[in-house]
Amino acid sequence: MSQSYNRGLIEDFGRWREFSAGMWAWIFHKFTGWVLVGYLFTHIAVLSTALTSEAAYTTTIQALESLLVVRILEVGLLAVAVFHILNGLRLLFVDLGVGLEAQDKSFYASLILTGVIVVASVPTFLAGVSI
Amino acid sequence: MAERYTSFEPGGTRWLWQRLTAAFLVIVLAFHFFLLHFVNHADEVTFAMSEARMTQLTYFSLMILFLVTATFHGVNGVYNALVNQGLSGSRKTAVKAILGIASLVLIVQGVRTAIAWAGGVPI
Repeated sequence: MSQSYNRGLIEDFGRWREFSAGMWAWIFHKFTGWVLVGYLFTHIAVLSTALTSEAAYTTTIQALESLLVVRILEVGLLAVAVFHILNGLRLLFVDLGVGLEAQDKSFYASLILTGVIVVASVPTFLAGVSI
Repeated sequence: MAERYTSFEPGGTRWLWQRLTAAFLVIVLAFHFFLLHFVNHADEVTFAMSEARMTQLTYFSLMILFLVTATFHGVNGVYNALVNQGLSGSRKTAVKAILGIASLVLIVQGVRTAIAWAGGVPI
């Protein structure tokens, strides 16, 4: 039998101490979503240097990629993107009625898998940069 | 039965479109990251390499579809989050208009850049 459940205003971040795994997943998904949409606008802006000239594009990208801070930000972007993808898959399955009972475990699995993929990618992301 | 937490409204399509575009983006975003960071390396990027990829119609059209889908998913996600947060009335209309214009500008700029790489639409 279904029953109503008063969850209160879940968007009240002042209640963070009461948050469960599912709520943290919701917050991380929103946060990573905001970062990714912000990055999308920045990304297109940087790539638009291709409209100026071929040399402007190549010089801009290579100059940015020579900076350690940009490489570190790219690792951060990878972490944000991987979590958003994995947690997004988790949401798609839950919406289809698959794995609702294990939604807390699949959130932890998303976090761990994100960590593993990001750590394993660090050498590739930092290759060829000078400090 | 466990309580069902969902942001879906009965009959609503905003979050449904968010899920449909997500299914596409999961695959294409992973492909994009893999191709441009692991197959090709970021510090080796040149205009000529981007041009070589973009002159292939399949890659060009996939990237345009990626741009449009990612823009929709990102901006619709922001809009839905703000509506869930309690945005309503004239502020909701204003936010919708601003996000719509921002999306249009982003897509136009992205398409112009893709065309610059490809030297025209590669048909």
